[in-house]
Amino acid sequence: MRLENLKIAKNECLNESVFEMEFFGVTEPLEAGQFVNVGLNGFSLRRPFGVADYSRAYKSLTIIYRVQGKGTEFMSTLKAGNYAEVLTGLGNGFNYSGVKKPLLIGGGMGTAPIYYLAKKINESGIKPTVLLGFRSLKEAFYLEQFKKISNLVIATDDGSAGFKGNVLECIQTKNLAYDKYFACGPEIMLKNLAKFDGNGEISLEARMGCGFGACMGCSIKTKGGFGRVCKEGPVFKAEEVIFNE
Amino acid sequence: MSNLSVKLFGKTLDNPIIPASGTFGFGYEFNEYYDISILGSICLKGTTLEERYGNPLPRIAECPAGMLNAIGLQNPGVDKVISTELKKLKKVYPKKVIANVGGTLVEDYVETVKRFSTASSVLAIELNISCPNVKSGGMAFGTSAKSAEELTKAVVAVSTKPIIVKLSPNVTDISEIAKAVEGAGASAVSLINTLVGLRLDLKTGKPILSMNTGGYSGKGVFPVALRMVYQTYKAVKIPIIGMGGISTAEDILEMFYAGASAVMIGTENLINPYICKEIIESLPSVMEQHGISSLQSIKGKAHL
Repeated sequence: MRLENLKIAKNECLNESVFEMEFFGVTEPLEAGQFVNVGLNGFSLRRPFGVADYSRAYKSLTIIYRVQGKGTEFMSTLKAGNYAEVLTGLGNGFNYSGVKKPLLIGGGMGTAPIYYLAKKINESGIKPTVLLGFRSLKEAFYLEQFKKISNLVIATDDGSAGFKGNVLECIQTKNLAYDKYFACGPEIMLKNLAKFDGNGEISLEARMGCGFGACMGCSIKTKGGFGRVCKEGPVFKAEEVIFNE
Repeated sequence: MSNLSVKLFGKTLDNPIIPASGTFGFGYEFNEYYDISILGSICLKGTTLEERYGNPLPRIAECPAGMLNAIGLQNPGVDKVISTELKKLKKVYPKKVIANVGGTLVEDYVETVKRFSTASSVLAIELNISCPNVKSGGMAFGTSAKSAEELTKAVVAVSTKPIIVKLSPNVTDISEIAKAVEGAGASAVSLINTLVGLRLDLKTGKPILSMNTGGYSGKGVFPVALRMVYQTYKAVKIPIIGMGGISTAEDILEMFYAGASAVMIGTENLINPYICKEIIESLPSVMEQHGISSLQSIKGKAHL
């Protein structure tokens, strides 16, 4: 973890309510699956976002966020050249070493960290299969970027693009083959995936206080005891997580 | 040269800055962020006799100038704290620490305090009789002078360490409770715990927190905390550990003027993990600016 004062390089609208924000000046490498906690002037708590992209060469970090409340509304008004105090390098990333046929699954905003993971796996010499689920095509983003680095499959609830149905139905219907899956998305999606197959890694989301393990605000139950989404997570082995009924 | 040292229970602390319970875990994890041996002491995460998971999520809601929490005393239980957490902390923090004890029944508190009494690295034990986030016990003990007194007496009888009683601000007159626990043998009081608050979800109209209400803390509570320290200083002779919304070295001077003998820093740790270090570093120059050579010398100045 580092507290960094980062310069906003870009803050652009990707669709109706989803924005892409790029920062410059990141001093420590970031792993796929880790998150950052962005400080906003006038707001008490930072806002956590998964790393959607990171470049060591450019010292740049990209996050993708949806305008959902006052904090993200304020974020959307920030301009290139503004600075933000960001805690970087938080949590544990995905462990994809040794995988041969990975399936990467992103649901809604959970697509963001899946992009950086897909990029890393592609750089390692394996073109991953990426399955993205959205309610509707108009909520989708980054599709062109994904096509360049992966075999992309899309599922939408309303059938406006790709498979009509959720990601699990898509995996079963299309019989998507994989040796290990990596997923980020809504809790119900992750819960169903974990029930379907425990051999995967899932990245969870939670309302956080600190984001670095101090307040216990985001603790979940796992087979091994308490797990803080911010510290032991956000990536957990699917079979380890005990979901609420 | 400014003198930051303060005396507490006959021991000298290098400085009066102590991370507050529940905002610093069991301490050692912060050593990844800076050398925590600079801290005056550390107050451990609230500990109960048995392991507790705490409340369902969400446990956190943002507020102007602070936050609500309803963690519900998540902790691994006193035996594990002593056998595992304290050992890990000792490796990176050679100074003595303050344990924090919560419970549902008087017997729970008594037994937990007994076990912490055997731990050599524990300087004192803080009794949490002011947690607003547990269904029974907790704040119920701290909002009546009679029950606060009874619990303190029972615990003091078995403790070999000084007992600090952490007081709730959710009362009509905090100094009445302070007097009651002083009479029961407490060695110090610490104040304030969080103020009971509520936030509602704009979409559903329902509470954000799973427990509905939570404890409000952060910069916004500082004037309330300061007033309560000021008021309590007039009522008791035992030392006061001041806390509630402290975020600057200047806040610490105000706490000492009001009558504090040491301070705890809570919520600000969650917002800026380096805050205790930054305050320890800036305190000497802030004292110099105000012509203060030692913190001990300004204690209670507001009352002179």
